[in-house]
Amino acid sequence: MNEISPDLSRLERLEGIGCARKRREDPRFIQGRGTYVDDIHLPGMLFGVMVRSPYAHARIKSIDTSRAKAMPGVQAVLTAEDLKPLKLHWMPTLAGDVQAVLADGKVVFQNQEVAFVVADDRYVAADAAELVEVEYEELPAVVDPFKAMQPGAPVIREDLAGKDVGAHGARRHHNHIFNWQIGDRDRTDRAFDAAPVTVKQEMLYPRVHPCPLETCGCVASYDAVRGDLTVWITSQAPHVVRTVVGLLSSIPESKIRIVSPDIGGGFGNKVGVYPGYVTAIVASIVLGRPVKWIESRNENLTTTAFARDYWMTGELAADTDGRIKALRVNVIADHGAFDACADPTKWPAGMFHVCTGSYDIPNAHVSVDGVYTNKFPGGVSYRCSFRVTEAVYLIERMIDVLAQKLGIDKAEIRLRNFIPEEKFPYHSALGLDYDSGNYAPALRKVLKAVDYDGLRAEQAAKRADPNCPTLMGIGITTFTEIVGAGPSKSCDILGIGMFDSCEIRVHPDGSAIARMGTISQGQGHQTTYAQIIATEAGIPASLINVEEGDTSTAPYGLGTYGSRSTPVAGAAVARASHKIREKARKIAAHLLEVSPDDMEFDLDQFRVKGDPSRAKSMKEIAWAAYNNVPEGMEMGLEAVDYYDPPNFTFPFGSYLAVVDIQKDTGEIKVRRFYALDDCGTRINPMIIEGQIHGGLTEGFAVAFGQELPYDEQGNVLGGTLMDYFLPTSMETPHWETDFTVTPSPHHPIGAKGVAESPHVGSIPCFSNAVVDAFAHLGVTHTGMPHNAYRTWQQLRDLNIAG
Amino acid sequence: MAKKTAVSFRLNQTPVDVLVEPRELLIHTLREKLATTGPHIGCETSHCGACTVDLDGISVKACTVLTVQCEDLDVLTIEGFAKGGQLHALQEGFMQEHGLQCGFCTPGMITRAYRLLQEIPDPTEEDIRYWMSGNLCRCTGYQNIVKAIQYAAAKLRGEAVATSHPLMEEVTV
Ligand code: FES
Ligand code: FES
Repeated sequence: MNEISPDLSRLERLEGIGCARKRREDPRFIQGRGTYVDDIHLPGMLFGVMVRSPYAHARIKSIDTSRAKAMPGVQAVLTAEDLKPLKLHWMPTLAGDVQAVLADGKVVFQNQEVAFVVADDRYVAADAAELVEVEYEELPAVVDPFKAMQPGAPVIREDLAGKDVGAHGARRHHNHIFNWQIGDRDRTDRAFDAAPVTVKQEMLYPRVHPCPLETCGCVASYDAVRGDLTVWITSQAPHVVRTVVGLLSSIPESKIRIVSPDIGGGFGNKVGVYPGYVTAIVASIVLGRPVKWIESRNENLTTTAFARDYWMTGELAADTDGRIKALRVNVIADHGAFDACADPTKWPAGMFHVCTGSYDIPNAHVSVDGVYTNKFPGGVSYRCSFRVTEAVYLIERMIDVLAQKLGIDKAEIRLRNFIPEEKFPYHSALGLDYDSGNYAPALRKVLKAVDYDGLRAEQAAKRADPNCPTLMGIGITTFTEIVGAGPSKSCDILGIGMFDSCEIRVHPDGSAIARMGTISQGQGHQTTYAQIIATEAGIPASLINVEEGDTSTAPYGLGTYGSRSTPVAGAAVARASHKIREKARKIAAHLLEVSPDDMEFDLDQFRVKGDPSRAKSMKEIAWAAYNNVPEGMEMGLEAVDYYDPPNFTFPFGSYLAVVDIQKDTGEIKVRRFYALDDCGTRINPMIIEGQIHGGLTEGFAVAFGQELPYDEQGNVLGGTLMDYFLPTSMETPHWETDFTVTPSPHHPIGAKGVAESPHVGSIPCFSNAVVDAFAHLGVTHTGMPHNAYRTWQQLRDLNIAG
Repeated sequence: MAKKTAVSFRLNQTPVDVLVEPRELLIHTLREKLATTGPHIGCETSHCGACTVDLDGISVKACTVLTVQCEDLDVLTIEGFAKGGQLHALQEGFMQEHGLQCGFCTPGMITRAYRLLQEIPDPTEEDIRYWMSGNLCRCTGYQNIVKAIQYAAAKLRGEAVATSHPLMEEVTV
């Protein structure tokens, strides 16, 4: 007979924290019944298409819309002149700058929005867009941020003339956005002067794009009779969109409903408010009909939220044993033509100051300069908690550079510099308070799993054999992330603190609905939030319906990006569950006629301490909540929680990559990739593994192929899937995953968030592996992407290529 | 506007008639005229495979086919897979093996995998990775998609199948 403990079977029924629960959202997706924005069809709906600039920098001499307007089926053609009376031709960005909704006299990047054509269907709209005649006078474009900062550089933002102070302090040049510094410069400089060993390395983190499979879009529907505006939109932050739309349109937020339906991947691409959304809304208000706008892939890759474009110079000072004494970093950040980075207001370089990494570095100083260029705006996206990807890349590359200089093994130098376990909570030299970490055991576990010594021996043998057709490289990263933005004392967007929220209502039959301020783009929130409630409130997950994304029903929240759903909203779920549980305790005590203090919570019931036979299940308690509550208690069983986190969370991981580089072609094969992640408490191991596979694959894409290069005229050269690398099932390596568990001490269930770690951590791991393959030849750095051509050039320069 | 043409074909075994411009793409006809929004648009340049349908026994990207080319043909989309409330083995496999996240690529993936299993009932991992390489996924990293297809292949061959993610593996009392 099968011996299952009764507790185990009850746990199985709950499907709580730790269960590999199958996803609640899958049945609709596997049957083609998801509802993505482009699936929404409303009666009388029109279709909008954007007319865009072919030039990166040009004055607009005239726009002639008459031929387009005369075309049958065309309902409207909007230009900046039409938006001016509404004061909607410019809009505020999330970074304290402004952005042209439709170009106002001048275009400043290729594919900038110039006019918006609205027609009966998408074919007519596309035809009519071709008939809009725009006369341009081309201006010299500048796409290199260093050239942009030279004295005679073209003025990109004429609208900022005379503004010496921007949202983040003084501007020292017409193309300068801000200078941001953190850390103690003098102490850091002194530590460098005193150190016996220093290394310096320049590195570019190229401009890339998250490229979710679904592009951005919306359906705007204004009901002139009711005065209500409803917008279905691909947004990772629907409540923020509602506030922005309210500010822009002067419609009260109570009359605006923003709905994020199913979203086909976001990765940070869908946080901002884009011109297409605004023009669709205006068109709907003007025409009184629903208007749909859906980006093409080319528009997506060339106009909405890119990532990176960080030109970094790192320096480390160390003693001769490789113990790091100081870190110095200077960055030129190319933000494009408008500063539209979706960073928390006070942090123009996001959380870049996590760049001391997992290492106990006593002195550090960082200086970041934001610069305008004739490129499209954005910068903070792509599975990245606000510039953490850049920060981790920098430190994980720098420590390898130091190891090579000193001839110390790359695993050993990390073990020598880790923040020791007993130092947590750890206050970093750049002012962050790391909640928890235990780095050395994680790295040791990885080294053992892959037989690190064996790999190094194999590498040595291959290096000694001149006939070996490949170079072998081993990459290691031991990264620390910072996620869960964030404490409202330091984090806000448009002045709204970065809390998140959950509302739970338990129905009389013991089932429940939970509504959230976040929105899943594939993370499986409907599945995992229910698991938290199951464990924390004793209600089986199968009886919990999780809803999010509709601002008319969900409590206000800041949305899903920067791995913040689990650390922030997940905490709100746990705390709302605890409120439910505490009320349930009192009701159970009342039903059993004992004191609440004599009750104890037991999976899915409350029982009397010392007399477990006397118990009330959560189902019985839920029923009683609607007819038999203690004197003086309100009926019902519901709770709301707005959670303002006391701190960020700091997930970490140890990754190891083995690559083989063909000497004759430069092709690189990832032979092995071992990823150990520590995200604290694990809510659903199946979903975590899936997130890690996805993040590693996106990391692989960035490291080995993705970039959005520009030519000197400002033409973007990577704007289609012909040119922009998305790995297929053929190139994608096989992933091995592992974990340790170091809970966050300040999170109600100890969870830290995971989705971005594999992206953040894997990219430097791949680069480290590629550089390691060349390390014996004196190479300390090679730029991304490590594609075959670039790698072959390096082999040729080193006289290795066949 | 160009003159419209009447086109008749079978969509998931049901006869349909539509009036389209000769230039209209099948994906737009399906999604906008026939309420068949399972196949998605990820690129419209035949790179991503989100729009994959089965056209008379061949996988095609519906953004690369004109509706007028479909006269009298059989079109199978994701909507045609579950029968009588019963999921197709591939649908079950994708769910059991966590072969999807945002779900945007999934209808195309399943439709393509269906064609693969029609041609090769017992594919190797290499076969699967090769056959699926015209369908991009930004979320999963493909590893679980491979497993999902292996699961379905085994089930369709009548073999016993089980998820590789047991519910209680990490839970202890
Ligand atoms: S939409 Fe058809 S292949 Fe991408
Ligand atoms: S599941 Fe999101 S693209 Fe495949």
